[in-house]
Amino acid sequence: MQPDQLIEKFQQKDESAFAKIYELYSESIFGIIYSVLHNQELSEEVLQDVFLKAWNNAASYTPEKGRFFTWLLNIARNAAIDKTRSKAFKNSKQNQNAAYFVDILEEKSSFSSRIDAIGIKKYIEVLEPICKKVIHLLFFKGYTQKETAEALEIPLGTVKTRNRICINKLREVLDIK
Amino acid sequence: MINSQEYIDSGVLELYVYGTLSEAESREVTRLIAEHPELLVEVERIEKGLQQLSNATAPYTPSDFKSIYHKIKTQNGENVIPLSRKRTPLTSYLGWAAALVLLAGLGYQFAQNKKLEDKITDIQREQVLQEGRTQMTQERLVQTETLLDALRNKDIITVPLKAQEIAPDAYAAVYWDKDASKTYVDVRGLPQPPKGKVYQLWSLTLDPLTPTNMGVLDQYDTRGTQLFEIDNPNTSQAFGITLEPKGGSDTPTLEELYVLGVVEP
Repeated sequence: MQPDQLIEKFQQKDESAFAKIYELYSESIFGIIYSVLHNQELSEEVLQDVFLKAWNNAASYTPEKGRFFTWLLNIARNAAIDKTRSKAFKNSKQNQNAAYFVDILEEKSSFSSRIDAIGIKKYIEVLEPICKKVIHLLFFKGYTQKETAEALEIPLGTVKTRNRICINKLREVLDIK
Repeated sequence: MINSQEYIDSGVLELYVYGTLSEAESREVTRLIAEHPELLVEVERIEKGLQQLSNATAPYTPSDFKSIYHKIKTQNGENVIPLSRKRTPLTSYLGWAAALVLLAGLGYQFAQNKKLEDKITDIQREQVLQEGRTQMTQERLVQTETLLDALRNKDIITVPLKAQEIAPDAYAAVYWDKDASKTYVDVRGLPQPPKGKVYQLWSLTLDPLTPTNMGVLDQYDTRGTQLFEIDNPNTSQAFGITLEPKGGSDTPTLEELYVLGVVEP
């Protein structure tokens, strides 16, 4: 459930609401940023910037434009892409090639207690290569359908449904039906 | 009115949560969600799944709220030191005028800078796209080269499969690498199978005529080369392809034999 009341309070600059929002969303947003930067220190920095920006521009979120999570996602992706221009990022020895989120998941040994680690591991095992790419571009990188179709050289009309199949599989293993 | 299930199946709600729709499209989805509670249920499930997924890609649980709380407190604490010294009106106006000119200049610089930054973002996106394309092309090249290497092997046996009565223009070929017990089957010359039917490949020994199933040829690869790689541990004397109901048959339907070829001794 989207915590609508909490969001409203957050928009009215209620600090305890902000703390709860941070608690709810910071780890997923951190994951998104890290999947772009592959650098823990820089990702933490960007994470703080993102929530600071969200706080300072809280009034600019309107439910008509979409989900609150989506709003945060967009701020995070933009901030992470901005960071890739920084000297700090260019000097970091991280692998700057477009690694897939799956690579991060495969390298990881321990998961936060908040997630269904068994489900996620199982998902990586059953994930088709095309799903890996589609989710990487659309969700983690925020590509449009058109950009995704071009990057993967698949027909534009199939992007949406293909992605749905991939996400359905995720929900199946995580038992979100 | 929309059909909710069809709308859900279209996959648009996933893109809505990703934030990859245009603003107008997103507003439209929000409007429909307000009218159809079942769409909201679906959106929340999608979001839950995605949150778990991105949560899992976080290297560890990020530092707690305190550090960010500290930041919001300090950003508001910048006090302006008041000017107490009295000035003559003229110099103070001059000071304001100079400040305004400077401000306008800064504003212009800022706008220019922003434009350049936007351009850089565009270029970087294009680069990422290009990298994706290159990677896909390379993957294909490796596939093609592997195939080509296999076909160029000097020990490979080429068996042309000739058309039978049922389709006089049909053609196929089997390339058999006996040492590696592998065959490559090229079916580009076969007509498109009718709906519900598939082609099935058979290895045959001739005396007495005994067919061995080698598999159905229904998993066309995405590149559309219509080349299949199939293990063949058999001592084949001939190969044949028949048209069979979906899923294949245990024995070949000989009335539907499309192509046949004998292995030259």
